[in-house]
Amino acid sequence: MVVIETPRSPRSRKSAKFERYGWLYMRFSGVALLVLIFGHLIINLVMNGGITQISFAFVAGKWADPFWKIWDGLMLWLALIHGTNGMRTIVNDYSERPMIRKTLNVALWVVCAALIILGTLVVTTFDPCVDSSVSHTLSVCK
Amino acid sequence: MSDVKVIDEIPTYQVTLFVRRFNQEDGLEARWEDFDVTVHGTDRVLDALHKIKWEQDGSLTFRRSCAHGVCGSDAMRINGRNRLACKTLIKDLDMTKPIYVEPIKGLTVEKDLVVDMNPFYEAYRDVKPFLIASDKPAKERIQSPEDRERFEDTTKCILCAACTSSCPVFWTDGQYFGPAAIVNAHRFIFDSRDEAAEVRLDILNDKEGVWRCRTTFNCTEACPRGIEVTKAIAEVKQAILRGKP
Repeated sequence: MVVIETPRSPRSRKSAKFERYGWLYMRFSGVALLVLIFGHLIINLVMNGGITQISFAFVAGKWADPFWKIWDGLMLWLALIHGTNGMRTIVNDYSERPMIRKTLNVALWVVCAALIILGTLVVTTFDPCVDSSVSHTLSVCK
Repeated sequence: MSDVKVIDEIPTYQVTLFVRRFNQEDGLEARWEDFDVTVHGTDRVLDALHKIKWEQDGSLTFRRSCAHGVCGSDAMRINGRNRLACKTLIKDLDMTKPIYVEPIKGLTVEKDLVVDMNPFYEAYRDVKPFLIASDKPAKERIQSPEDRERFEDTTKCILCAACTSSCPVFWTDGQYFGPAAIVNAHRFIFDSRDEAAEVRLDILNDKEGVWRCRTTFNCTEACPRGIEVTKAIAEVKQAILRGKP
């Protein structure tokens, strides 16, 4: 029997669930990022002398404290996934051909994953003393 | 006689209308055509369109039925904003400049200002816009004023498509249910007499359902009935997350 397909694609429960959690994620990560990003900007660029305080030693000092490692790690994960998901909705809106849509979405998540892996690696394994040409001034490396 | 006020004659104005014309049969691209019309201070854009059709060019095609903002036939994009031609007074627009009138966007133009409304109605049908109840009472179904108030705003919809055709998400691929369908789902989801709220919430928890809404508020701004459309959509989103209205 020949079945004529309806122009509307059939509803898929899986993707609907994904959209629902995606929508929720954007709300919760958005609120968290407001605190994380503005906290980051105020502490790094406004308080204690502002932008002039930022140096290798400043970053090394911050990342000696697990609190700032968690703060920066959270900011990295939440912001990258938030941004990539936002880009995904734009791609889904404006790409008309399924192949282009899929390619762009795969590219987006690959870039997102690469940045998250690299960023997490830096935040978790940061060692201020690894390069003596920049770290010789730090007391912890002597 | 000195205390009798003489009512001024209604002032008249000369205005230019640029109307978006399209006719599949003449093989030409859609184009702007300008018409000079003399209008009264009490005239609406619909009256100007009537004057063009009746006095200048009988081929100008547009929909209108009641002409008083109830039937929802004459939604069009006037000076870049979706409005009802029968509710837009010309004197409220900037008459020193031409008035641009074009069909609503996101739906296929059939001729001039007439668009194919079927995709719009299809989305409306998909949300089951009718009372679903298991019992058959001999008398009317009783509802408290408070319960009625819950969905008062969304009962005002006249299905003119001004909201859906102002939505940038609907413009993209036309798959999104659109604000009007969600407004009409809201009208039954929050109706205490209805028993199929979960069914409708499930329908709108779709890939093309409420989650595609970006809260740009275009729909709320476009609604000629003043329905708070974006708020209604947000309430449906919350109801889906709760799993009940």
